[in-house]
Amino acid sequence: MAFLKLAGTVTKRMGMKSACYMYPVVAREFTKTTRGHVELDSADCIYCGLCQRKCPTKAIEVNRQEKNWTIQPLRCIVCSGCVDVCPKKCLRMENTYSSSVTSKF
Amino acid sequence: MSKRTIIPFGPQHPVLPEPIHLDLVLEDEKVVQAIPRIGYVHRGLEKLVEKQEYANMVYVAERICGICSFIHAQTCSQAIEDLLPIEVPERALYLRTIWAEMSRTHSHLLWLGLMADAFGFEALFMHCWRLREKILDMVEDTAGGRVIFGSCKVGGVRVDIEDAKLKDIVIQYNDLEKEIKEITDVFVEDYSVKHRLVDVGVMSKEDAHVLGAVGPTMRGSGVAKDMRTLGYAAYKYLKFEPVVETAGDCYARTKVRIREVFQSIDLIRQAVAQIPGGPIAVKVTGNPTGSSFQCVEQARGDVAYYLKANGTKNLERFRVRTPTFANIPPLLKMLGGCELADVPVIVLSIDPCISCTER
Amino acid sequence: MIMRHEDIAIKIQPEELVGKVSGLQGDGCRLVQIACSKTKENNFELVYSFEKDYKFCNLTFEVPPDAEVESISSMCFSAFLYENEIHDLFGLKIKHIAVDFQGTLYETAVKYPMSVETK
Repeated sequence: MAFLKLAGTVTKRMGMKSACYMYPVVAREFTKTTRGHVELDSADCIYCGLCQRKCPTKAIEVNRQEKNWTIQPLRCIVCSGCVDVCPKKCLRMENTYSSSVTSKF
Repeated sequence: MSKRTIIPFGPQHPVLPEPIHLDLVLEDEKVVQAIPRIGYVHRGLEKLVEKQEYANMVYVAERICGICSFIHAQTCSQAIEDLLPIEVPERALYLRTIWAEMSRTHSHLLWLGLMADAFGFEALFMHCWRLREKILDMVEDTAGGRVIFGSCKVGGVRVDIEDAKLKDIVIQYNDLEKEIKEITDVFVEDYSVKHRLVDVGVMSKEDAHVLGAVGPTMRGSGVAKDMRTLGYAAYKYLKFEPVVETAGDCYARTKVRIREVFQSIDLIRQAVAQIPGGPIAVKVTGNPTGSSFQCVEQARGDVAYYLKANGTKNLERFRVRTPTFANIPPLLKMLGGCELADVPVIVLSIDPCISCTER
Repeated sequence: MIMRHEDIAIKIQPEELVGKVSGLQGDGCRLVQIACSKTKENNFELVYSFEKDYKFCNLTFEVPPDAEVESISSMCFSAFLYENEIHDLFGLKIKHIAVDFQGTLYETAVKYPMSVETK
């Protein structure tokens, strides 16, 4: 029978740095592979619409005539399917999360 | 006979992370019967097959549950690969196994934390989740997502883990193992913890089998059954034995999960040592036909997928039986005859995931 | 491991269900799942999966949408949730369920969302 089993761990951790960090004073570090949000280099884009067809949530809208590419960040599930399918490799997955917004669209 | 009272438990209750409702019929302080009610978070994901192509169903499957996300994606891919049919490269199978075991360790640590919270041990809860955080960081580093891995697809996996990173995972797990041991010893040995778990919610081996219990709930009652022994993915190349405890109470179920954490770490070590090189995915062509039935071991128990296809881009039927769905009847059995104060601990001991259950 | 549904399926008649299930129960099989799906002829196909020592066996049969199926929850109690679910999503009537929610397990906006009529 053991009493106060956790006491040892608690005492040890007292002298150590906190496991949490002070967000947002200390910025969160993203890894290289983190899927954050989708970005487009519009100079290379040929507006083929493959990404629109591939998108499982229909978050991307491409208009070939008007040369327009839009994404609804709130619908996007960051699966990176569009990035994989892009023939010109002009879509890329940024490793930071999309920033907060004050209105829906 | 004393007077019977009916006490509603849930869907909002401090111990429940998700909504399930139980009508508890009480005689004094003893529960004599429990009647479940689910249906608060039904999302109709099975109906989505009519709109989504088969390749996109992996994303849907992954979002059935936030904790078993990777194993859902793996099972869904496995079933579709079976229907196509295509052979997946060895390396992809090993990578799937490694990610599946990582998700099992983080799921069990999450559950241990929630269990500590259920019996009122806040500090222990925080320590479990501190360790889980390190696993989540590793997952983010390898797969790209923290909870939704997003790394599995039909025909293989989407990202490779470099060999240096694989070695790093093993080194990190070696360090973690010591820390996890320190924390789990509290569950196994501490007097106050044992007081809340031993002989609470006992289920016999026969009941566990007849009522169709799955996963640690079943193995805690002495049934040695683990769907990983079927040898899907890379498990056919790895050595392991199903973890069994015989007591059938909450303490036994806790011990099963604790031992499974270490078993998973060992499986990751074995997989990293054996992983072959080569491609990580094959090209997928054609549309699926026929029907497939898959049974895969998740952290909470075995998940059964039944897929039916008719040669078009959309599957005809996408049926998922999640582990918690199968664990509700055994839960009702455990609740019969327990004390009212033990109900939260018993409900949590099956590791309920209601969003999973209702899909 | 490849486990095609066709390899483990056993086709039976709807009337045989109760007898077959009690036979399997007697052999020490446990219920894994019950699945319902539509067929091309607008019937329902039911799949009852059982397992013993990692050996699976799927009992399957087809019924017309207006048929009544006998519940197996008197023999395997754990079937009651599956049967209620099938009733609520597909609208297939199942008789004598041990705990019958009478269509209130899933309260969906569209009644019987996966039924044959709505498609």
